[in-house]
Amino acid sequence: MNAFSLALSEAFALLAGFDHRVAEIVGLSLQVSGLAVLLGTLIGLPLGACLGVGRFPGRQLLVIALNGCMGLPSVVVGVVVYLLLSRSGPLGSMGLLYSPTAMVLAQTVLVAPLMAAIARQTIEDAWRDYEEEFRVLRLRWIDSVRVLLHDCRHSLLVAVLAGLGRAMSEVGAVMIVGGNIDRSTRTMTTAIALETSKGDLPLAVALGLVLLAVILVLNGLAFVVRQWAMRRYA
Amino acid sequence: MFPLRLRGLRWEAGGRTILDGLDLDLEAEGITILLGPNGAGKSVLLRTLCGLVEPQAGEIDWGGGGRPESGVAMVFQQPRMLRDSVCGNVELALLPMRLAGVERRQQALAVLERVGLAHRAADSARALSGGERQRLALARAWVTRPRLLLLDEPTASLDPSSVDAIERIVREIRTEGTRILMTTHNLGQATRLADDVVFIDAGRVCEHAPVQRFFARPASQAARLYIQGELPWRMAF
Repeated sequence: MNAFSLALSEAFALLAGFDHRVAEIVGLSLQVSGLAVLLGTLIGLPLGACLGVGRFPGRQLLVIALNGCMGLPSVVVGVVVYLLLSRSGPLGSMGLLYSPTAMVLAQTVLVAPLMAAIARQTIEDAWRDYEEEFRVLRLRWIDSVRVLLHDCRHSLLVAVLAGLGRAMSEVGAVMIVGGNIDRSTRTMTTAIALETSKGDLPLAVALGLVLLAVILVLNGLAFVVRQWAMRRYA
Repeated sequence: MFPLRLRGLRWEAGGRTILDGLDLDLEAEGITILLGPNGAGKSVLLRTLCGLVEPQAGEIDWGGGGRPESGVAMVFQQPRMLRDSVCGNVELALLPMRLAGVERRQQALAVLERVGLAHRAADSARALSGGERQRLALARAWVTRPRLLLLDEPTASLDPSSVDAIERIVREIRTEGTRILMTTHNLGQATRLADDVVFIDAGRVCEHAPVQRFFARPASQAARLYIQGELPWRMAF
């Protein structure tokens, strides 16, 4: 049996036995990424919708900046959040460094622009379709944003999924601001990196399998929701 | 809002003059049908009246005042419907009125009843047929109780029974005191619905006459040719 199949069979054994280390790490990862995506949704989608509908001086620059932020390097975000939260930083007094909260913050900074940029494009396309109707109905600008967010809700799932994918697979920023502390700030990605470097491949593979499964299940759910929406709303 | 007086309206786009010093007077009552070949400026005139197009020259006198904040509604040839229920699409028009949700729903259901769509209130608006969709668009405009309703070829490419349903609703809206300005290429429809006809060609009003007189004795050569179906084709804007 080669190293890969050995690691794989031991990984399955860990998963089948509901290994508490795996459960703990998976739980924390879901918690941190879930919260970051929730915050990213609350910030990113309305921001993207406002940029999609609004016409004001400097909008183009904002759109370019937002699109640029889609590819923010996670280690750079990690360093910036680290500097903000470190003892001598502006938010140092809050004592958040090396805590799950710091990880949520870093991941939110990563996913919010990504979600906003996707939402901006989606809402802008819809706005082109509806603009004349909405103007004739004398809808207020904010009502247009709200109605379009609701109207595009199924398309915006793509933005949420993209944010979730980015948050779940991200390793650099959470490693820097979380510190990869056992039973405190160790997530699936940071644990995979650590266990691989230690040579504990079964645990790394088991976590990798869970990570893949979570992403596949969430994408599958989103696909089902979109299919249902397409049938329901023609 | 009435009498509505348009003086010297001018609008150009892409090097073409669409409205070329257009003058028109509209009194407070009735249904006026706008006739004219494609590209004559009918749709642009409607868009100007509802504020979607800003004329580059000319004046609109809204009964002695400026443009009213509300009271003008428009139904497009191909209305856009939200991915929402039929009722939700009507409620959309009531959002600017800041009504409570229950009140909005009641008003929407009441108007849907009048256009014969109450039984489909919970269905998706995008699943409606072309005729039903146009009735929904009329309901969405009607629910705001407009003083002036602009209809841009609302029965284009509809079957005869759908056309009949739309015409019945348009008459009903009129009886409630809404002034209607409508474009169509259907001359039979014009004779059935209109009190008066405005014939537009090349961005100008060629003729404005009561419907019987317009069809019996058109005063302008362009209108005569149009009625006989001989007007040279012009590219649509």
